[in-house]
Amino acid sequence: MRHGNLLTSKQLSRADVESVLDHAAAIAAGEVEPTRTGQLLGLLFFEPSTRTKMSFETAMKRQGGDVVDMGSVDSSSVKKGESLADTVRVIEGYADAIVLRHPKQGAAKLASEYVDVPVINAGDGAGHHPTQTLLDLYTIRESAGLDDLRIGIMGDLKYGRTVHSLAYALTRFDARQHFISPESLQLPREVVFDLHQQGASVREHESLDGVLSELDVLYVTRIQRERFPDENEYQKVAGEYRITTETLADARDDLTVMHPLPRVDEIAPAVDETDHATYFEQAHNGVPVRMALLDLLMGDDDE
Amino acid sequence: MSDDHELRVSKIRNGTVIDHVRAGQALNVLAIVGIDGSDGESVSVGMNVPSDRLARKDIVKVEGRELSEDEVDVLSLIAPDATINIVRDYEVESKHRVDRPETVEDILHCPNAGCITTEDEPVASRFDVLDDGVRCTYCGRIVREGIPELIER
Repeated sequence: MRHGNLLTSKQLSRADVESVLDHAAAIAAGEVEPTRTGQLLGLLFFEPSTRTKMSFETAMKRQGGDVVDMGSVDSSSVKKGESLADTVRVIEGYADAIVLRHPKQGAAKLASEYVDVPVINAGDGAGHHPTQTLLDLYTIRESAGLDDLRIGIMGDLKYGRTVHSLAYALTRFDARQHFISPESLQLPREVVFDLHQQGASVREHESLDGVLSELDVLYVTRIQRERFPDENEYQKVAGEYRITTETLADARDDLTVMHPLPRVDEIAPAVDETDHATYFEQAHNGVPVRMALLDLLMGDDDE
Repeated sequence: MSDDHELRVSKIRNGTVIDHVRAGQALNVLAIVGIDGSDGESVSVGMNVPSDRLARKDIVKVEGRELSEDEVDVLSLIAPDATINIVRDYEVESKHRVDRPETVEDILHCPNAGCITTEDEPVASRFDVLDDGVRCTYCGRIVREGIPELIER
């Protein structure tokens, strides 16, 4: 992966994942202090982002580097109709690597075909979000381990790019994956096809009830109201996928509850006070994981 | 009935005969190999011709142009039974079946409105060819049915 691109989690071998997570752990423990002095990271966010963008910025600055930020689409040349291919070719001349978030699937792949600097996919439409996956895996490894893992992934599985990326990456490990969603928000068939091709252990459910008690990790995503053509249909399902302290009464004591954030109302605030809640720690893990990733993608070979 | 029924379309002197095309796909065959007559080729099309192998088939004869294997292999997406005859001086010089290519580029458009290739970008569409369909190399969308409707025209 060194000096390459990170476009999807599909491209990551188990060794790649472990390399990033081990390096992130060493950085978090203060055992390694990578330096990006004199280097610039280009931030191209064609969609709003708080955590991903700020954690990349933090990761770069904590290593002594800096960022150049395209800013909002409304204030950029994109507003004038500039293509993505042209935008990244311009930024290639400014920055040593590019972090790209874009509303269209495949945008990072396209960008990578036009530039020679590393391209990191920070989310492409309903497609992939591999750096989120790396911090998710880091968090899971810290709390439950990545082998003999039983994980429930719940919510909007159809459009949730974090879910797709995580599911692909978990095929590299001994994980039983349970997908819980309304029928209308099930995993895309392409993703299910790929998971089966990889020999993954996959089961789909419409209710959490039958599976909660056996889970090591419950990964919750937002059921997106805007995805439902009918408000009544949304109201029917939304309550069934809300996690409360009562819901978790049937869970194992060591269940880890994760969420890529932002949440709206799918996890009750009272859950924050339980030992299950890991989502804020998960968000914080974005910094060491992205520091490790930048070091592997941008660092010198002799470091 | 024999394949002699292809004589319903006149013989060509030099060029390519694309035979055993699934009935109704002849015009898609022309679209997929990029023949629209603008280069001056003489093109004959027979549709719904009786066939022993397919019951009904289409046949396309292109005068004055020998199609390469790369050009015709993309036909396997819509005409997997097609046979390609290269004709010289009224004689069949070579005859072969189409093979499925690994990828097809700038032939089909992606049906996923969320795919970056549907934007105004300077990029050709590209699909990996699966055993039973095609898959966009950019967004990952798999298409198993309705492939002719995706042909760029």
